[in-house]
Amino acid sequence: MTKAAVLVFPGSNCDRDCKVAIERSTGAAVEMVWHAETALPAGLDLIVLPGGFSYGDYLRCGAMAALSPVMTEVKAAAERGVAVVGICNGFQMLTESHLLPGALLRNERLKYVCKPVTLDVVNAQTRFTAGYGAQRQAVMTVGNGEGNFFADEATLDRIEGEGQVVFRYIDNPNGSARDIAGIVNARGNVLGLMPHPDRSFEADLGSADGAILFQSALASA
Amino acid sequence: MRAKVEVFLKPGVLDVQGKAVEQALHGLGWGGVADVRVGKTIEFDLASADPAAAEAEVKAMCEKLLANTVIEGYRVELA
Repeated sequence: MTKAAVLVFPGSNCDRDCKVAIERSTGAAVEMVWHAETALPAGLDLIVLPGGFSYGDYLRCGAMAALSPVMTEVKAAAERGVAVVGICNGFQMLTESHLLPGALLRNERLKYVCKPVTLDVVNAQTRFTAGYGAQRQAVMTVGNGEGNFFADEATLDRIEGEGQVVFRYIDNPNGSARDIAGIVNARGNVLGLMPHPDRSFEADLGSADGAILFQSALASA
Repeated sequence: MRAKVEVFLKPGVLDVQGKAVEQALHGLGWGGVADVRVGKTIEFDLASADPAAAEAEVKAMCEKLLANTVIEGYRVELA
């Protein structure tokens, strides 16, 4: 049986959603891991950093969570090749911990944006997106005030050139550079995205496209 | 020793908060205002008595936590 862990930080609010979404879409066993832990469960196939407002978004979104004890273990696991997904606040943690390039700025029009968005699946060759196959678009919900992806031009050129841009917004809701909604690291085992696959994993939620992401991540385990 | 750290978005990084404040100031009649940047100030006491060591320590804090150098610059003052 495949095994996933969802990290829980003070202020996370999508941790339960992630657990349910992964269980229902993949059948994997999901453990919740508190941020102060200094070890991760053995044999993990997937680690998820959930959305929310860790540490009240104080200082910068994800900044203090990125320095939590458990993040040392997440970095080590990422180096071993374990799949890591950061969603929304989790994406912010991944950039703050330098597991992914760039940063997330305040939304261009200063508004918190909460709505379904259509994404272009730019790279369906990653371990997180293989299941989208010929499906070129995916619908997921965004909910963020600081989802405006930023990186300098050289970095943007590099990640685009290396196929690290995985999802783009069709109709950019927050001013993200080059409409970027999600990226992977150079090795391809760490994904960060602002839209929530965990809020879009069943048709009753408006879209089941998020389930494909979790299924892909664990199918390659 | 008292440390004062100022953190600002780097030039060229869109400061939407600054833009909003600028528009508000224009709306209040201060039309000559331009390039508003909103930053933050972080102040704290430091046990270290050696200015050079203290400065190195505060810079390390900035690099590690207080600023995200992908998007922000910082200034340190010690008094």
